[in-house]
Amino acid sequence: MFSINHFLGMPMNASQHGYTVDEMLEFCHWFMLALFVGWGIFFVYTLTRFRAGRSPKADYYGVRTKASTHIEFMVIVIDALILIGFAIPIWAKRVTHFPLGDALVVKVVGQQFFWNFHYAGPDGVFGRQDSSLMSSSNQLGIDLTDPHSKDDFVSMNEMHVPVNRDVILEITSKDVIHSVSIPSMRLGQDAIPGAEIPVWFKPVKIGTYEIVCAQLCGSGHYSMRGTVVVDSQSDYESWVKDEEQNASIGATLMPATPASAAPAPAPASPAPAAPVPAGGQK
Amino acid sequence: METSTAIHSHDPHDPHGHGDHAEHHDLGFWRTYVFSVDHKVIGIQYAITGLLFLFLGFCLMMMMRWQLAYDGKPLPFFGPLLARFVKNGGMDAGGVPGVMTPDFYNSLGAMHGTIMVFLGIVPIAFGAFGNYLVPLQIGAPDMAFPRLNMASYHAYWVGGVLMLSSFFCPTGPPKSGWTSYSPLADLMDKQAGLIFNGQTIWILAMVILISSSLLGSVNIITTVIQLRAPGLTWMRMPFFTWTQLITAFLLLLAFPPLEAGSFMQLMDRVFGTSFFLPHGEVFNNQLVNVSGGGSPLLWQHLFWFLAHPEVYVLILPALGIVAEVITNNTRRPMWGYKAGIYAVMGIGFLSFVVWAHHMYLTGMGRVVSTFFQTTTILISVPSVIILTCLLLSLWGGSIRFTVPMLFATAFLPEFGIGGLTGIPLAFTSTDLFLHDTYYVIAHFHYIVAPGTIFAIFAGIYYWYPKASGRMMNQFWGKVHFWLSLICINMIFMPMFLQGMAGMHRRGFDGGKTYTLSAPALHWNVTIAHAAWGLGLVQFIFIFNFFWSMKFGRKVGANPWNATTLEWSAPSPPPHGNFVGPIAAYRGPYEYSVPGHPVDFVPQADPQGPRTDAGALGH
Amino acid sequence: MEMEIPYTVSARPDTGLYNAKIGIWLFLASEVMLFGGLFSGYVFLRMGAQPGYWPHGMLNVPIGTLNTCILISSSVTAVLAWASLKMRQFTQYQMWMAATIVLGVLFLIIKLCYEWPEDFKRCGVYIKQEALAKYEPYLGNQYLYSKGLPPRVEITGELENEDALTNPNTREYDLHVDATYADPTNPANDRPSFFQRPVSDKVVKINKADVDFASKFYPSHNTFFGCYFLIASLHALHVFGGLIVFSYFLITGSKLYRKNPEHLCNRVEVAGLFWHFVDLVWIFVFPLFYLL
Ligand code: HEA
Ligand code: HEA
Ligand code: CUA
Ligand SMILES: [Cu+2]
Repeated sequence: MFSINHFLGMPMNASQHGYTVDEMLEFCHWFMLALFVGWGIFFVYTLTRFRAGRSPKADYYGVRTKASTHIEFMVIVIDALILIGFAIPIWAKRVTHFPLGDALVVKVVGQQFFWNFHYAGPDGVFGRQDSSLMSSSNQLGIDLTDPHSKDDFVSMNEMHVPVNRDVILEITSKDVIHSVSIPSMRLGQDAIPGAEIPVWFKPVKIGTYEIVCAQLCGSGHYSMRGTVVVDSQSDYESWVKDEEQNASIGATLMPATPASAAPAPAPASPAPAAPVPAGGQK
Repeated sequence: METSTAIHSHDPHDPHGHGDHAEHHDLGFWRTYVFSVDHKVIGIQYAITGLLFLFLGFCLMMMMRWQLAYDGKPLPFFGPLLARFVKNGGMDAGGVPGVMTPDFYNSLGAMHGTIMVFLGIVPIAFGAFGNYLVPLQIGAPDMAFPRLNMASYHAYWVGGVLMLSSFFCPTGPPKSGWTSYSPLADLMDKQAGLIFNGQTIWILAMVILISSSLLGSVNIITTVIQLRAPGLTWMRMPFFTWTQLITAFLLLLAFPPLEAGSFMQLMDRVFGTSFFLPHGEVFNNQLVNVSGGGSPLLWQHLFWFLAHPEVYVLILPALGIVAEVITNNTRRPMWGYKAGIYAVMGIGFLSFVVWAHHMYLTGMGRVVSTFFQTTTILISVPSVIILTCLLLSLWGGSIRFTVPMLFATAFLPEFGIGGLTGIPLAFTSTDLFLHDTYYVIAHFHYIVAPGTIFAIFAGIYYWYPKASGRMMNQFWGKVHFWLSLICINMIFMPMFLQGMAGMHRRGFDGGKTYTLSAPALHWNVTIAHAAWGLGLVQFIFIFNFFWSMKFGRKVGANPWNATTLEWSAPSPPPHGNFVGPIAAYRGPYEYSVPGHPVDFVPQADPQGPRTDAGALGH
Repeated sequence: MEMEIPYTVSARPDTGLYNAKIGIWLFLASEVMLFGGLFSGYVFLRMGAQPGYWPHGMLNVPIGTLNTCILISSSVTAVLAWASLKMRQFTQYQMWMAATIVLGVLFLIIKLCYEWPEDFKRCGVYIKQEALAKYEPYLGNQYLYSKGLPPRVEITGELENEDALTNPNTREYDLHVDATYADPTNPANDRPSFFQRPVSDKVVKINKADVDFASKFYPSHNTFFGCYFLIASLHALHVFGGLIVFSYFLITGSKLYRKNPEHLCNRVEVAGLFWHFVDLVWIFVFPLFYLL
């Protein structure tokens, strides 16, 4: 069937809930088109029919039917229909029906000008974070003395998720406001410092999709591009294993000698980022 | 109500009658042209200053469009020139003179938005048209507070010049968009010093501009309430004056919260407070040494509480102008005059409760989002009513396609496109996809550019003879219209496609980073050429504007055979406006009254039928 | 320039008002929105503050009360000045007007020359979450917890080693703590007291490593002080503006009075309305910042 959305070049949807957004947008566009064409025909007809050449004397009273009231009323009814029928339920589902159970939780931390994707690792628990521990090798200020943090890993600009599994993103930012927009997943949420806001989606198509930073965040805003790679379950698992080995907090913050599987890293006191006493507790 | 003498008779006991004594020769150049307290002079000052700013805002955008179309290539001719004058190295990326840096692109974007909204359209639509026409349309000798009026204009240009001075800061103009979202706006560019840096100057200039608007709106409201001529009851007031009145209320009540927000941002930047900074705020990978405890969203609330009513400030005067031009050129009363007025009031009221529709993606719960979606949809209803009134006013007319009328008719569908595309933005779930894409840019530019700017053109062509006593050239006016119409649609129509493809706004490279936007990338070139075309076409207008001042066809008081009170004053009106007493005897748009020999009856004509078509319609 | 704007002095029959009166009401409406915006900011930040992070009892209540009384009296004298003019008693008018100005000046002097400098002498130190336990003897959080009260996260007092705020080599803050922290489990300290008690002679040494943020009671100390100083200084600016206008009427009034007493009367009325508004703002500031 002909779809205005696709005619206008909307990218294909790759998430489970995305089609509801698309349907609603499609409906809005048809509604707008109908109004515009209807009014447009009237407009063009009136301009030709009542131009001074054909209509030398104007009519003091003009339109005397109540048709316009009916049309306005119809507009209100359809507006209300979209609002109650689509808009409110869809959004309610977005913000109150979070998937329970085995959803994958990823913390997304925006920063000038890249994305940190923080995975909890096999233990499923995120390590403690403290902004006073942040350093260039520990961008998120993860506390190494916390046993939960050892298996955490942080992937830069690239997020992997398994297909057909619910994903919850906990979105925040370190510095200024960014915004996670994944057009193909019909997903968007601002990344606001000081607030951690969850959103969810369920990718249904394997592939690589782009994450756009949708909020002006400084000189590198235009290029703050991330990707979300939707893997098959097995690809996803091997990616996690890889990251676990190369990029887990334990592995990256260890002093040198990459090959040897080092014993539990001693919490070598991470150099505090700022020399001045500064505000910050989470 | 009862002032029965004919218009041109002179009644020495009437205060309005003093008008014709007023002579200019005792005032000297400075008090006549620079520090004038005459609302007409101030109106023209506003118009010229505002148009210059509008053009400047457009020039910045033409440079940006070059960057979007030809990323990394030096801007021909102007680029190297600018590289020499812009002190912050914004135009020599990688050492090549004329190549724009991302920072400078962001600066230009922020300045384009700020200039267009606060220094261009509002001063023209409200400052210039409001000042010049409102006293004339209500039959007043001047504004209620002439000196305040002068102060308001001077605050305006001082604020504007201050805003522009940011181009000469060591770190360049503000870079965080016209929205100035904190924490970026709080923390950016502080290395340049506490005061002389782009963002701080932006705040200071905004405070001055806000004060200027406040003075202006107090003045307009008081004038309309107090100085209406005898017989000019509320429901005989021209639609344009109504829109100005409501606009003034919007400015009066919506601006102060932004002023509050500006003070907070100023404190954050200068005194190290943390109104908008949370605990643990990091910048440049360093903890910021502040107490924290603030909220970035507080700024957004304060900003949008102003900025949504502000967008209606941009459109209401335009609707007023269009209504005047359409009634005059269809030669019949405005259809649904009263419904239109109530709709304008409705818009005015509702515009205060929709602001958070700009913040749908900041993490909004179900209840709040339902509230704002509902109010946003509600506010489209009065807009539809006004548009319907204007559209149906055409029916049964005897339409003359004069130049102002061409612009006014084009306004209708163009505003329709802009307004209708507001609908998918109004819902959280569709805004999810469209937020901050070029779809939004296209949405509002359809309203402000082919909408408001066209209305402004209509207004200029229409009232030019009143202000100057001469007509602008109609042929070149038509050329200006058709070329502008084509170019402006070629600029903004493709942006819908880009937005739907997922191209986001404020992207310095025009979306090249993303494969998503690849299918829509080629439009950047089309848009750029159309924008420069539009720029060239404006020279026809500028030339016509100045040429006609000297050589335009001379006209009398009422060249368009119009009805409202301003056309009963001489062209140009003298100091004090009206020759002899003035009063209104009927509704504002008594065109083609049945049984009357001519097709219009001026409001101020004591003879003729005493009808109020405004009471008709619905 | 003999063109005259109608209704500058006399009222327009159908509205019953002269121009300036409408003007001032409109202006005050916008002022309501300005202070409304600031107060909403206050509410927004206060509601969003984490437990313990919104301070109480930081300001000098007796002084605030005194200033409230002064400002209210000045509103009364402003009305009396206007009433005297209405009754065409010019010397009475001058007297009341002078009284209004004196009271207004007194308000500013108390605020700017006494109250704020006293605030700026004091200092507060925010303790890191994980170090709170270490300073339990001064904070008494166990005790507060058992009573269901919000915790204390900040120790206030007067700094003995002032250079600690700027010198990175100083390792600790030596703080003459306020009475509350000398005796944190005393139920008398659960609420701020009306009279500000002098600092105790107890000196607490606070290691910088345990500190989130420390500063004197400047606007940057926390969002509470940010809001307070912003709103109060804007208010003080309004007081200052009102005083200038009043002084102008007092000094040049007699000329206009001889020419057109009603005009002067209107002007005083309009300025008086502004003055009452400024007073009203203070009536909000006082409870919101000093008492609640
Ligand atoms: C004058 C300016 C103006 C006007 C009038 C409007 C009007 C509307 N706007 Fe728009 N808007 C802006 C200027 C304006 N807007 C700006 C500047 C932004 C972006 C700010 C930024 O982020 O920088 C914005 C952004 C914006 C957003 C946020 C988008 C986002 O950032 O994600 C939303 C969301 O709800 C929205 C909605 C609406 C709605 C529902 C209307 C409604 O009021 C529209 C109602 C009108 C109609 C429904 C048209 C009816 C008429 C017809 C149908 C007649 C047709 C006639 C013929 C065919 C002859 N607008
Ligand atoms: C009223 C507001 C207004 C107006 C009129 C315009 C007008 C135009 N705007 Fe703008 N725009 C904004 C407000 C406005 N804009 C805002 C708020 C933003 C967001 C900024 C941000 O991201 O923060 C924006 C952003 C914006 C962008 C997005 C940039 C980005 O996201 O990176 C683009 C892109 O093309 C654009 C283009 C244009 C163009 C081509 C015009 C043209 O239509 C201009 C047409 C101008 C004229 C035709 C000039 C007429 C004047 C004369 C003829 C002078 C005569 C002089 C004398 C007689 C003396 N604008
Ligand atoms: Cu990050 Cu834009
Ligand atoms: Cu809006």
